[in-house]
Amino acid sequence: MLISNMEIIPDTRIQEHLGVVQGNSVRAKHVGRDIMASLKNIFGGELKGYTELLQESRDEAVERMTMQAQQLGANAVLNVRFSTSSIAQGAAEILAYGTAVILE
Amino acid sequence: MFELIIFLVLLTLGYGFGRYAEKRHYRSLIEREQKLSSLPAVASRFPPMRGAYRQVLVNGNVVISVDYFKRFLAVLRNLFGGRVTAYESLMDRARREAILRMKEQAEGMGARYVFNLKLETASISKGRRDTVGSVEVLAYGTALIPEAAAG
Repeated sequence: MLISNMEIIPDTRIQEHLGVVQGNSVRAKHVGRDIMASLKNIFGGELKGYTELLQESRDEAVERMTMQAQQLGANAVLNVRFSTSSIAQGAAEILAYGTAVILE
Repeated sequence: MFELIIFLVLLTLGYGFGRYAEKRHYRSLIEREQKLSSLPAVASRFPPMRGAYRQVLVNGNVVISVDYFKRFLAVLRNLFGGRVTAYESLMDRARREAILRMKEQAEGMGARYVFNLKLETASISKGRRDTVGSVEVLAYGTALIPEAAAG
């Protein structure tokens, strides 16, 4: 499965468009991480726990998107985009979407 | 009186550690950017038509928080308006860090370019008082790996 955020693959033609596929993941932070984070809020700096958390959920979103594309019988997802939003206090939603296609 | 002392202590801690961390971070950013300057990240949507490349999605992210001193400066700025330089440098650092992480991932795969670089910023806990003011910066793009290197 080829996943790319470009619309064009050199020397390859798109045989069929299968429409938009998407995958999402909502994660909440746990208390331990929140305590560390509030300390960091005084000193400033990177919140490593959150960075990892969001990276994990992004991977999961991509995985779900890939699964959806597989069910449609695609062999590539092109023009992939990410989007993040905080839907509630302490929880973030991560969305990955793209176009499922069959490449020649 | 006691509250004032706590406030001043927090302010000093934030100023001291924040300044130190920022200086150290800028040094490391410049050093790593120079090391990775041979791997350009381009915002172009169109890949080179010549040469066979394998495409892989790469990304890098970073979540940063604002220190107490900078937040105080920003609150002051809110009164008078104008540029909030304290936050500008913070976002600049975060964005460059995210791009570097993406590039490091691409370099590990033996990529030659990163195309269609996109940047996204999201505040993951906004609006709430007395909580962590944290911002996530995400950089993603498509790494082009020469077929020969991919094996």
